[in-house]
Order: sequence, then structure tokens, then C-alpha cells
Amino acid sequence: MTHLSTLKGHPAAKWIGLAMIAAALIALPFVLAMAGTAWVRITNLAILFVLLSLGLNIVVGFAGLLDLGYIAFYAVGAYVYALLASPHFNIHLPWWVIIPMGAAVACFFGVLLGAPTLKLRGDYLAIVTLGFGEIIRIFLNNLSDPFNLTNGPKGISTIDPIRFLGIDFGITTRLGPLVFSEAIKYYYFLLAVVLIVIVVNLRLQNSRIGRAWEAIREDELAARSMGINTRNMKLLAFAMGASFGGVAGGMFSSIQGFISPESFILTESVMVLSMVVLGGMGNIWGVILGAILLSFVPEVLRYTVEPLQRMLFGRSIIDPEVIRMLLFGVAMVGMMLFRPAGLLPSPVRKRELTVTAPP
Amino acid sequence: VDIFLQQVVNGLTLGCVYAVVALGYTMVYGIIQLINFAHGEVVMIGCMVAFSVMVALAGSGLPPMVIVGAGVAAAVPVCMAVGYIVERIAYRPLRNAPRLAPLITAIGVSIILQHLALLVWSRNFIAFPQIIELRLYHLGTSEHAAAISNVQIAIILASVAMMAGLLWLVHRTKIGIAMRATSQNPLVAGLMGVDINRVISFTFVVGAALGAMAGVMVGTYYGIAHYQMGFLLGLKAFSAAVLGGIGNLAGAVLGGILMGLIEALGAGYIGDFTNVCFLDQFLPGFTEICEASPESSLFGSNYKDVYAFIVLILVLVFRPQGLLGERVGDRA
Repeated sequence: MTHLSTLKGHPAAKWIGLAMIAAALIALPFVLAMAGTAWVRITNLAILFVLLSLGLNIVVGFAGLLDLGYIAFYAVGAYVYALLASPHFNIHLPWWVIIPMGAAVACFFGVLLGAPTLKLRGDYLAIVTLGFGEIIRIFLNNLSDPFNLTNGPKGISTIDPIRFLGIDFGITTRLGPLVFSEAIKYYYFLLAVVLIVIVVNLRLQNSRIGRAWEAIREDELAARSMGINTRNMKLLAFAMGASFGGVAGGMFSSIQGFISPESFILTESVMVLSMVVLGGMGNIWGVILGAILLSFVPEVLRYTVEPLQRMLFGRSIIDPEVIRMLLFGVAMVGMMLFRPAGLLPSPVRKRELTVTAPP
Repeated sequence: VDIFLQQVVNGLTLGCVYAVVALGYTMVYGIIQLINFAHGEVVMIGCMVAFSVMVALAGSGLPPMVIVGAGVAAAVPVCMAVGYIVERIAYRPLRNAPRLAPLITAIGVSIILQHLALLVWSRNFIAFPQIIELRLYHLGTSEHAAAISNVQIAIILASVAMMAGLLWLVHRTKIGIAMRATSQNPLVAGLMGVDINRVISFTFVVGAALGAMAGVMVGTYYGIAHYQMGFLLGLKAFSAAVLGGIGNLAGAVLGGILMGLIEALGAGYIGDFTNVCFLDQFLPGFTEICEASPESSLFGSNYKDVYAFIVLILVLVFRPQGLLGERVGDRA
């Protein structure tokens, strides 16, 4: 039997590794389903957060712009899907029409917001996006009167599931011994989408555009003097991040089947930002790691902190939700202070964030 | 009731509060070019601390002024300590880091403070204790004239006193000269013997003290406090600072007062102008809705929180340096 170490460096090793990862990813939902369908759902949400984080990474990681209201674009995508595929207006368009539409509408809002602010300093973008995140929620809550567009705080329910190649994602099908529950079907769909997004991101990073973003992030003045149209490039990053958010929102709508403004609060924006910061701004794999780690934090807390408190004090004193938010806040501050480039830093970003500029 | 005058009075009161909060943003921005996202949270903590003290003392039979004074006396040092600690831990180590880093810690600190407040004071609203008897003074002879309450008068007077005090501090004292020197050029100020770190800490502490006072005022005005109150208040005050020209003290005051007026008048009038029956006179298609619900409007007072944001966007498009500002918006 050959020793495993001889495989290292072998041309086939890379492919064997990839095949093993692929097999693991394909088998994963069935393993999780044994522990309960809830775990598959949690995994699906984690993948959605990976999607969101990759979108935000384009803005924060690649182009170095701080977007504090990213969830607003997610909300826009989600509501576009919900309005065009639910009994609310009795419109039922297919998903391959609506998801691109959601991306386009989110992109439109991104341009609308980015155009006035991106020519200014980055700080303004941060505060404007922070405000926008809140404003979108106010509108979603109030656009029910006198015209009932969003159904207000009650939200929109019975949103159509995705139907793809004759497969209805809203029902459970059996293939021999294999039970494909709706969560498992969505898992594969999300996995496919996330793979596409990863490939797009990897290609973007090394493209002319990606390098332009990097140049802007490192030194905007120098980038401009090299002939990069900095404002348009920043706008492109912002709009692209927004449309990724829109796509994720559409998926969220169809998976949940119900959305309300409550799903799109500031907390969520902060959560996605902490994922990007924790994993490593600008590094695609780092961001994915950050998203997965932080997506499971609430679940881990629910199963550890609550019982622990009950055991120690006989009742729940600190809400796990509060601990989660404190953790996000501490993660952001701590990472910036001690490991500014993230858990898995991108080499360029690391150099950039650790070398201090002269005052 | 003379609605216009009444809204102006309300807007002026609110504007004074915004102005005091905006001063906190603008001072910090002026000196180290950082948006201190946590400032809204400092205001919230000030309000919560003051309310806790006032609620505790409400039954003691002390005169109302003493109770309010005790609340303020408790809130100001707490907020000053918070401001100092935040600067020391979260901002000072990153002073020479890339711009993105302190912005991210700022939002992180804001989240931490908000949730620590949630731990201490729970999710519930705290009501202002019934210690002050509200008195209305009519601005006119008739019963229906616009009125100003004693609380509003107190808020306006206190804000004016604080603004005057700050102007005196910045322009007439030694530390004020040091602050202005640091904001112009920290390196050269350091060479001239100014202890930069001390000056920056001092700026944060003064800003936090103003924030504490503003917290007490806004809490007293609305009669209610909540752990999330700092977020929107901070956003509006920051917009006010940008409107006036960020980094400029007079600008923050002007911006704050304008912002208060815009919000009060906007809440009062935009609802009327977008009332479905009013629109029915000019546009087709509103008749049925007007008959069904004559009271409803497209943008009623439930959108009042949106106006500050719209003002912010408009200022950034048309006059990024603000009304009184001379700084260029895109300094690298």
C-alpha cells in the first residue's frame, strides 16, 4: 500500500482532493438529515450567508468601501421575488425571470445610492448605507397604505417555491431509498449557485477590474493617476455587490416562503459584515470560512449557553441573542486590533493592513 | 391651533437636541477625521443612566430640579468614562491604520455598547418619571395659539448655554487652542509641544459629556428611553453635522436646528400634501381611495425618520462640504 505522503505533489492529488470534497458536499445533506431536517435548513441559511458575504466582500474586501446597510439589497431582492411570485398580487412568474430582476433592481438601488456618495470619502458611504438600510425597512413597513404594496409589518406569505426542470422545490420526492426533502433540494440548488458565485468571484479578482479595485483600495490617488476611472470602478463594485445581495434575497424568499421587514434589520447587516471581517477581507476562502463559522454561532449558543445558564442559575439570565451580538461586536473590534487581515488573510490585504501609513 | 408656529416651536426644540449631538460628531471628526458611530450609543447611555437615577429618586419627595440635576450629574461622568474608554481601546491603536479599520471598530463598538445597555436595562422602554408638571405658555392671546412648554424652554436654554460654553472652550482656553492646532495638523501641533493623545482624549470626553446632556434632553422631551434610541438619533445628528459642514462647530449648530425644523415641518406638511383626497384634485386614480379612507396619505408622519436621510443625500449631491464647511469632501 502506498503511503499517503507520496501522493503529495502528485498531479492527480489535486483532483483526488477535489473529488473527495465534492463527494462530501453531495453526501452532507443526507448525513445532516439523519440528525434532523432542521440542520439541513440551518446549513441552507449558512450557504445563503456565504452568498451574502461573497457579495459584500466585493464591496468591502475588493474595493475597500464600507457598506453598513448591505442587507437592504438583500431585502430588495427578497421583496421583488415575493411580489412577483406570490398570491399577494396574484402574479406567478418563474424564478429565472424574477431572480435576475431582483438583482437588477438591487443594482439600480446600489447605483442610486453609490453615485452621489462614491466620489466622496469612504466615510460618507458608510453612513449613507447605514441610513439606507434603515430607510428601506421603514418603507417596507409603511408601504401598505394607501396602496398595499408590501403588506406592511405582516409581510408576504405563501411565496412560490422554485420550479426547475420539472422539479418542484416545495415538495418532498423519493428516489428509491433516497428521500429528497425540500430542504435537501434547496441545498443542492444553493450549492450550485454558490459554486457559480465563487467562480465568478475568483475570475473577478484576477481580472482587470479586480486589479483596478485592489489598486483603488491601496491608494486611490495613485490608482487615478494610473488612468483608472476610480469613481466608475467603485460604482461598479458597489452595484455588483448589491446585485449579489439581490440574488441572495430572491433565494431567501423562495426558501422561506414568507418574508417580513423583520428579517432585514441592521443586525443582519452587522452579521454579514462581521463574517467578512472575521474571515479576511478580500480573501474569498476566508470570507466563506467566516460566513460558515458565524452562521453556526447562534445554533451553538442556543445549545450551550441556554442549558448552561439553566443548570447554573436555574433560569436563562442572558439571552443568547445578546451574547451573539456582543460576540459580533467584539469580533469586529478584536479582529481590527489584533488580526486586521482576518483569519485567512489575503496576502496583499495583509501587507496593506499591517504596514502603518505615516501620520 | 396655529399649526405652523407650533411645528416651528417643536422643530426648534428638537433641533437644539440634534445640534448638541451633532457637535459631538463634528468635534471628533474635526480632530481625527473619524465618524464616531458610537456617539449615538453614548447619548443613549446618558439618557438611560439619567432615567435610572431619576426613577430611583422620583418617590423621595425631593424638588424636581434636584432630581433632574442628580440624573444629569450621574449621566455626564458615566458618558465621559465611556467616551474615554472607547477612544483609548478602539480608536487610538488604529490612528495610523487604513481608514477602513477604525470605521469597522466604530460600528463594532456601537453594537457592543447597544447590547451592553440591553443587558443592563433590558428590552423594555423606560418612562420618564412624572416629576415635572408640564406647563404650556401660549404664544398669543387666544386659547388656540401655538404653545411652548416649560420643558421645551428648558431644553432650548440648556442647549444654547452648552453651545456657548463649547465655543468659549474652543476659542478662549489653552486646551481649545491645542484642539484647534491638532485638528489643523497633528504632527506640527505635536512638535509645538501639544500632547496630541491628551487633546484627542479630551475631545472625546467633551463630546461624550455633551452627548450625555443631549440624552437627558431628548429623553425628557419624548418622555421615554430605549436601548435602541441612539441609532436613529445618531444618524440624524450626523446628517445635521454634514448639512452644516462637518468639522465646523457653527455648522453643526445650524445643521442641527435646520434638521429639527425639516423633520417637524415635514412630518406636519408632507402628510397633508400627499393626502389622497388632496392629490385627488390633481391626479386621476385617487377617487376610490379617497372615499374609502380620506385620512390616509402617501407619506404621512410615519416617514418622519426618512427626511434626515433624504437631506443627507441631497447635501452630498449638491454641496458635499455642507452649508458652512470649507473642507473638500474627498480629501484622501
